Amino acid sequence: MALLSKEEAKKILEKAIGFSKANECSANLNGGERGNIRYARNSVSTAGEDSNLSLGVTSNFGKRSGSATINEFDDASIEKVVRRSEELANLAPENPELMEVLGPQTYGAESKTYSEATAKITPEYRAKAANDSIVPAAAKDVTAAGYLQDGYGFNAIMNNKGLFAYNKQTSVDFTVTMRTNDGTGSGWAARDLNDVSKLNAAETSRMAIDKALMSRNAKAIEPGKYTVILEASASADLIRLMLNMNARTADEGRSFLSKKGGGTKLGEKLVDERVNIYSDPWYDDAPASPWQGDGQARKKMDIIKNGVVSTLFYDRYWASQKNVAPVPGAGNAIMEGGTASIEDMIKDTAKGVLVTRFWYIRPVDPQTLLFTGLTRDGTFYIENGKIKHPIKNFRFNESPIIMLNNLETLGKPERAVTSEGGPGGGTNLMIPSMKIRDFTFSSLSDAV
Amino acid sequence: MAGLGLGGLTLPNYTFGNEVSIEQLLDNPLAVSQKKVLADAALNTAKSLGATYTDVRIGRYLNQFILTRENKVQNISSTESFGVGVRVIVNGTWGFASTNNMTADGIKKATERAVAVAKANSKFQKEPVKLAPVQGYGEVSWNTPIKKNAFEVPVSEKLDLLLSANAAALKGGATFVNSNLFQVNEQKYFASTDGSYIDQDVHRIWPSFNVQAIDRAAGKFKSRQEMAAPVGMGYEYLMPKAEDKLQGPGGMILYKNSYDIVEDAGIAARQAKEMLSAKSVEPGKYDMVLEPNHLGLTIHESVGHPLELDRILGYEANYAGTSFATLDKLQSGKFNYGSKVVNIFADKTQPGSLGAVGYDDEGVKCKRWDLIKGGILVNFQAIRDQAHILGMNESHGCCYSQSWNDVQFQRMPNVSLAPGTEPYSSEQMIKDVEKGIYIAGRGSYSIDQQRYNFQFGGTVFYEIKNGQIAGMLNDVAYQSNTQEFWNSCAKICDEKDYRLFGSFFDGKGQPSQVSAVSHGSSTSRFNGINVINTGRTI
Repeated sequence: MALLSKEEAKKILEKAIGFSKANECSANLNGGERGNIRYARNSVSTAGEDSNLSLGVTSNFGKRSGSATINEFDDASIEKVVRRSEELANLAPENPELMEVLGPQTYGAESKTYSEATAKITPEYRAKAANDSIVPAAAKDVTAAGYLQDGYGFNAIMNNKGLFAYNKQTSVDFTVTMRTNDGTGSGWAARDLNDVSKLNAAETSRMAIDKALMSRNAKAIEPGKYTVILEASASADLIRLMLNMNARTADEGRSFLSKKGGGTKLGEKLVDERVNIYSDPWYDDAPASPWQGDGQARKKMDIIKNGVVSTLFYDRYWASQKNVAPVPGAGNAIMEGGTASIEDMIKDTAKGVLVTRFWYIRPVDPQTLLFTGLTRDGTFYIENGKIKHPIKNFRFNESPIIMLNNLETLGKPERAVTSEGGPGGGTNLMIPSMKIRDFTFSSLSDAV
Repeated sequence: MAGLGLGGLTLPNYTFGNEVSIEQLLDNPLAVSQKKVLADAALNTAKSLGATYTDVRIGRYLNQFILTRENKVQNISSTESFGVGVRVIVNGTWGFASTNNMTADGIKKATERAVAVAKANSKFQKEPVKLAPVQGYGEVSWNTPIKKNAFEVPVSEKLDLLLSANAAALKGGATFVNSNLFQVNEQKYFASTDGSYIDQDVHRIWPSFNVQAIDRAAGKFKSRQEMAAPVGMGYEYLMPKAEDKLQGPGGMILYKNSYDIVEDAGIAARQAKEMLSAKSVEPGKYDMVLEPNHLGLTIHESVGHPLELDRILGYEANYAGTSFATLDKLQSGKFNYGSKVVNIFADKTQPGSLGAVGYDDEGVKCKRWDLIKGGILVNFQAIRDQAHILGMNESHGCCYSQSWNDVQFQRMPNVSLAPGTEPYSSEQMIKDVEKGIYIAGRGSYSIDQQRYNFQFGGTVFYEIKNGQIAGMLNDVAYQSNTQEFWNSCAKICDEKDYRLFGSFFDGKGQPSQVSAVSHGSSTSRFNGINVINTGRTI
C-alpha cells in the first residue's frame, strides 16, 4: 500500500529530517500505484500494475547542495540516504542560484485532486472498459485500439525550517482510436479525469466509432487558409503551448514574451480581448495540487485577462534578482468560453474545416511560437452551415498567438485531453472549442 | 517518435532510478555467477507452474547527467535502478512481472505473479503466441567496446570540459549557452529456457549544448545546437582526433567518431550571431543537400518507424499510429520506396551506434539485414513472436526494454542509408547543385500517423547558388511525402562522409518506453523538394 496518510508521511519525513547535520535539509516522500490495460486489433494486448514509494533528501551547506533517493524505510536506510545527500553536497560545486529553503507556508483549502472511486479501480474494471470498447467496435466492422491508465498517489515535503505539505491525487486517462476495417476511416475520443465515476468508456468509445464511420472515404481539398472549428482537444493541443509564461526567458530576450528593444510583454495585449485564461487549484473539474514541488503555495491567478498578459512566472531566484514576489507556475489552466456548441458554430460557418484533434505537434520557431503538426482522426469540410464530407488530413503551421488573434467564437470549456501530453502527466486543462479564421494549413497528408 | 528531450533540470526517478553517489556507480553488487543462480530460480519456478517459455532480465541501469549554463553548474545527478523482470508464456499467453527485491524469494514471487498474469490474460487470448526458434548460446558475454569508461572520469574533469565549451561560446559572442553531458551504462543479464545466459555491459554518451545569440534592439534570438551525436561509446568520444573532423560550409566543422565540443561551441556562437542577420528563405522547390546529422532524423521518422511490424499490424494504432508500408507492399516485391541509389539497412551491430548490443532483450544474437534494396522495400523489423507473420523462421533481434521493470517489445534497430559506391565528397555535391539548400543538424520534425507527410527544419541552413555556398538562410523547413522524397534521392556521398546521427530518447508504446538508436548516412542530395518559409510576426 503506497498511499500513506498525512500522519504516516509526516512520521517518515520527521525521521529523515531528524538525522540531518546540514544547515538546511528538505525531504520529499512520494508514493502511489498505477494500473493499465492496453488493447489493439480488438483484443487486449497488455495489462499491468505497479507501485512506487520513494524518499528523496536534499542537504545544503551554503550554496552547495546534494540529493539522494531511496526506497527502503527502516531507520538505517533513512539515515543512509540523509548521509549520502550530505556527502554529495560537500562534493558539489557551489550553485550561485541556490535559494534558502522556505519556512512554513499557508496553503488554501483542502485540494480536490483525490477521488476514492478512482483509487479503488480494479483489474476487472479495466477489463470491462476494454470490453465496452471492443464489443461495439466489432459489431460495426471497426477495429478498436485503446489504453486506460489509472493511478493514485501522494506527495509530501518537509524541511528543517518548519515547512510541511501533503497532497494526494488520483487520475484516470482513457484514449481510444477506432479504425474502419476498410482502412478509410479513423476516429478518436478521450477522457482525462480525477474521478472515475465520471468516465463512461462505452460512451467515449461510441463517439470514436461514430467519428470513424463519418470519416470514411475522405476527399482532398486544397491546403490554404481556412476558418476552422477546433474541438476542445484540438484547441487544447495548441493553447497548452503558450502557457509557459516564464519571466526569466522573457527578461533575457529569448521568449515569445520578450519585447523588441528590451523588456517583456507583461501588461500588454497579446491576443483577442475575449481570451481569459486563469489558474485555480480548486477548480472542480480540473483541480491541481495547492502547492508546487518546492513547497510554494499556489493561488488562483489570472494568466491572460481580456487578452492582456497578466502574469509571468518567477522562480524564487529570478524573483530575488528582479525584486519581485515569486510566482509559482500554474498547476492547471482554465480558459473561459462562451455558450456556443460545436453544432452552433457549424451552423454559423459558410466554409470551413472541423478538426477533432491535432498530432505530432513540434516547435518550428520559439520566437513566434510557431508550431507544425497535423489533423488526425476526423477532419470534415463545412459548407453553408453543414458538414459536407470528410476531408484528408492537413499539415498546419500556426502559432497559438496568431490563432487567438483570429478568434471568431468560443464554445463551452471542457476537461480537455491533449494528443501527446501523456496520460496523467500533464497539467489539467479546461479549454473551450473555438472557431478561428485564417488558420494556416500548408500541405495535405494521405494518412488515415 | 523522437520526442523526449532532456527538458527539465530534474528527471523522474520512476524512469531513471534512485539518486546515488558517484562511487556507487562503479560498484558491482552482483557477480555473474550469482545472477545465474537467481535466474535459474525464476526459470525453475516458472517451469514448475506450467510456463512453456520463460526469460529473466536482471538489470542495473546507471545514469549520470551534468547540466551547466554559462559559468555555472546547474545540476549533477547520478542514478541507479536495479531489479529483475520475468516474462513467461503460459497457455500460449504472455505474462510479465518485476521486482527490485533481489533475493531468491523475491524473484520467485515475481515469477509467480508473471504466471498469474499470463493465466488471467489467457482467457482473452484469441491466437496463442508463436515464437520463432532461437539458439541457446550457453554462458556468453558482450561489452560495448569502450576505450574509457565515462563513469570513471572524475566529475570535475567532465565539468571543466562543459564549462570550457561554455566559455568558448561566450568568447565567440553568444549571449547565453547551456551544455549538458548524459551518460548511460546498462548492465544487463539475460537468461531463458532456451539455454542462454547472456551478460552484457552497454555504454552510451551524449554531449549537447544550446548556444543563443540575442539582438534585443531587433527583438530577435537565434539558437545553434551541437554538431555531435549521442553515441554508443565511452568518454573517448569527447577526446577529439584530427582525422575525425570534416570541413563543412561556412567554416563549420563536422565530426565523425570523436567530438571537439569546445571548438564546436565557438563556431556555434559565430553561426548563431550570423543567423541574426541572415536572409529569410524564398519559398519554392530546391535541391536539398542534407548532412548526416540532419538526415538521420529524416531516416528515423520516414523509414525507421514505418517499417516496425507491430505498428504495421495495428498494435500502436491508438498512440503513434499505423504505417503506409503495409504487408501487401512488402509482399509485392515491387514497392518503390526510393530511387535506385537508396539502400537502407538495419544493423544492431554497428560499432559506435546507440543500438549496438551483442544480443537483444529476448536473447537473439544481433545482426544486419536489408530493409530497402535498390529502392525496393524488402523487409520489416520483427521480433520472435512476429517472425511467423513474415514467413520467417528467425527473429531480427530487435527486442528491447528500457528497464528491468518494463516488458520488452519490438523497437527500432539502427536504420542507416548505405553510402554511395562511387567516390564523391560533399564539396563535389555542393558544386553540382544549381539552386539548393544545405542543411546540417537536427531541427523541428513532424510526421503524420501513417508516415506519409513530413516537415523538417534543421540547425543551420546555407543557400547554394550555382555550385557555391551563398550565405546562411533563416526560416527554412521542407515538406514532402515519404515515397516521393526517397524517390527524389539523386546522389549519395561515399563512405568517407558516412557518420552516425542518434536519438537518445525515442518514445513508443503505452505506457511509453524510451530507447536509443542511431542512423548512419553520408551527405545526400534530394532534387526538387518543397521548401516553405516559417517566418511570422506576432
